[in-house]
Amino acid sequence: MNKTIRIASGQGFWGDLIDAPYHQVTRGPVDYIMMDFLAEVTMSIMQKQKLRNPELGYARDLPGQISRMLPHIVEKNIKVITNGGGVNPLACRDAIFREAEKQGIKGLKVGVVVGDDILDNIDALMAAGIELRNMESDDAISGIRDRIVSANVYFGAFPIVEALRQGAQIIITGRTTDTGLTLAPMIHEFGWEADDWDKLAAGTVAGHILECGGQSSGGNFLADWKSVPDLAHIGFPIAEAHPDGTVFITKHENTGGLVSEATVKEQLLYEIGDPTEYITPDCIADFTSIRLKQEGENRVKVYDVKGRPFTPFYKVSASYHDGYSAVGTLTYTWPEALEKAQAADQILRTRLSDLGLEFDEIRSEFVGHNSCFGPLATMPEEINELVLRIGVRGKNRDHLVRFGQELAPLILTGPPSVTGFAGGRPKPSDVIAYWPALIPKTAVTPHVIVEEN
Amino acid sequence: MAVKRIRLIEIAHARSGDKGDAGNVGVIARDERYYPVLVQQLTADAVKRHFEGICFGPVDRYELPNLGALNFILHNTLGGGGTVSLKNDAQGKTLSAAILRMEIDVDESLLAG
Repeated sequence: MNKTIRIASGQGFWGDLIDAPYHQVTRGPVDYIMMDFLAEVTMSIMQKQKLRNPELGYARDLPGQISRMLPHIVEKNIKVITNGGGVNPLACRDAIFREAEKQGIKGLKVGVVVGDDILDNIDALMAAGIELRNMESDDAISGIRDRIVSANVYFGAFPIVEALRQGAQIIITGRTTDTGLTLAPMIHEFGWEADDWDKLAAGTVAGHILECGGQSSGGNFLADWKSVPDLAHIGFPIAEAHPDGTVFITKHENTGGLVSEATVKEQLLYEIGDPTEYITPDCIADFTSIRLKQEGENRVKVYDVKGRPFTPFYKVSASYHDGYSAVGTLTYTWPEALEKAQAADQILRTRLSDLGLEFDEIRSEFVGHNSCFGPLATMPEEINELVLRIGVRGKNRDHLVRFGQELAPLILTGPPSVTGFAGGRPKPSDVIAYWPALIPKTAVTPHVIVEEN
Repeated sequence: MAVKRIRLIEIAHARSGDKGDAGNVGVIARDERYYPVLVQQLTADAVKRHFEGICFGPVDRYELPNLGALNFILHNTLGGGGTVSLKNDAQGKTLSAAILRMEIDVDESLLAG
């Protein structure tokens, strides 16, 4: 079997370049588009939107993006796989059907993967003895039960494979792993077995390379960012997959950006833990086995990947309400910009303390001097200007409101040459904290629904 | 053998991100001949010292000789993690640049070769 498939990255997060998937289907040949929308915090934002309007709770850019691609993907039989369904993939599908009808497109098959959302099952799970302990603190979830905002299981590639088998052209999921979106079409097209660990690991590695969009094709490239041509028109990465698990990472011709061993290496090292065990619901991939080879301009071969069996657990990503935070800024200029900003910070802290306000944390940073590098920052001879950025976090919302009222007065009652307070008083926003846990695979079941309009 | 003190950025590049309240920092040799220098000099202890006042937990180190790279996990570094943190860089995106300021000793002949 010599066939290869081209899987294109169309989106690296919710808020990425809106036109990227359209460019992927129109600027060259592809067979699949994968679009990753979900970061850890995203599900909680979507759950809040769904609470306000039961028709929402998915990536709202998505129906519009698919609408624009629709004539092209129908004509060329390109399949779209995305986790942009968020906490309401069925409503997302209906919105896509409405877009298809507007264009007079009939018989569009859309698959939906559901069953990952366990928000309404938490009590039943707890009653069954599943504690959903926090993977970092080891606390049981019962302690935050009444403050949970969202709870989703990470499914892998196989529910998507089932939807592809049933002929779906567009597949909308909730919390599917980023890597599963890329692995699924390889399993489907090449007939890989569910225990062919090396191949599943190879597809998982390809998924990791694609899941952050342009970050593997020249974006955020620290090795030599100036050498990357035409970032304005960056081409998102494409995985050309072969049945034996070998994958070539490339991008469309006549696009900007760069695909090199160095750009791929930086992405491979992104947000990983122990490289010998990159755990997904489909397999465990060993990143220390990956081999890379530049095979022409903007073309990198990824091969020899090794894998081993998955664990008996799914990962759960839950979120819960954990108080409030507010952040405000003021800009101070030469002379003595840093000293002034430090003095203003101390004056404000004294006033907050005199008022008896209670916070879990007050954090001051000097943007332009050390907000990122902290103690590593070197002291320049003269600072022209910098921004005092002060944030507070706490349980009592009224105290956060009062913090917001105390910032602006520093302009008239603090150190001189201060500006930059055009945004108004900082307002408290909800802090949504993240709760990672494990759940036995036997406790949840993915469901696949394929329908056509 | 002449030893030269250089900044890590001369022989390595990096990328960083978040894993809860921990930062992940991948350091990649610019040429495979530099990888042994990274292995020798970038010990978990040395990286922990470099990030004093930023990283308040232990540092784990993992080796990826196949990519000429090391991966570090800096625990208790992001002020509570992405959604809770008050930090400007709540997701540790610039830890990659920060590690490349580290000063290390290398054999001059290695740089010339």
